[in-house]
Amino acid sequence: MKRALIRLAVLVVLASVVTWMATGTNRGWTKTSQTIKTLDPVTGIEGITYQPKFSPGVDFLGAAFAAGGLLAGASLLFRNNKPTNDKH
Amino acid sequence: MKLNHLLLLTSLSISAYAAPQSFDFKDPKGVNNAIFKLDAPLESINGSASGITGTVSFDPENPAATTGKIVVASESLTVPNPMQKEHLHGANWLEVAKYPEITFEAKSLANVKTDGNATTADATGTFTLHGVSKDLTVPIKLTYLKDKLSARVPNLKGDLLVVRANFTINREDFNIQKGQYEDKVSPTIDLSLAIAGAAIAQ
Repeated sequence: MKRALIRLAVLVVLASVVTWMATGTNRGWTKTSQTIKTLDPVTGIEGITYQPKFSPGVDFLGAAFAAGGLLAGASLLFRNNKPTNDKH
Repeated sequence: MKLNHLLLLTSLSISAYAAPQSFDFKDPKGVNNAIFKLDAPLESINGSASGITGTVSFDPENPAATTGKIVVASESLTVPNPMQKEHLHGANWLEVAKYPEITFEAKSLANVKTDGNATTADATGTFTLHGVSKDLTVPIKLTYLKDKLSARVPNLKGDLLVVRANFTINREDFNIQKGQYEDKVSPTIDLSLAIAGAAIAQ
């Protein structure tokens, strides 16, 4: 159990870092939409619309690291599996 | 007698031409927008509002007489972070359910300079946000686009008026978290408006 929790903690942290890097290493807050600007040729006004796009930020990383820390911490509640000695 | 008729017709046509036009800023193209920016330590909070309506009375022969009112639906304020948007609309910040409109009513223009179809001026009027009204003077640029409505909206003839304004307000002046979170969210808000209104030819 202890080993499983540690593995899970590492997995959560690694997955979050990989996701964060793969989606553009956003160093701001997590966003769920992306700003799209379009130029109106007649008036010269830049129109703004939003397109759904998940872009995890540092809060996402922080939450993932906290979750990993909790899982690793929870692993301390369990003892190491001692090798069984069935020689008798 | 004929000369009198001619003079009368001429004066009537001049007065008809010189009459101020009413431009409607409800944009069928959905391009009109107001952008807001607040500095914050990690990342500035950038957002926009699209729910813009209002009318402006503009006389191309006398831009100094321009007056009007622009209304922004508070509910249309958007930021890309859903939690920030929820806070922005919520009871601690803009209270959009209680104060559904942000308005600017321009009453007079000063320092009016016209160059071709563009006019710059300082517009003085009443800005209302979060239920608080304050008199403000903001620099504006008006661009009159004669007969350009059909280029934007097919089957409609008329003129366009583009209004641009950039100015800064202090959120504390409008009772928005007065004296609170100044280390996290800037007390000043940069506003940028770029909107086009249409006057349909009769």
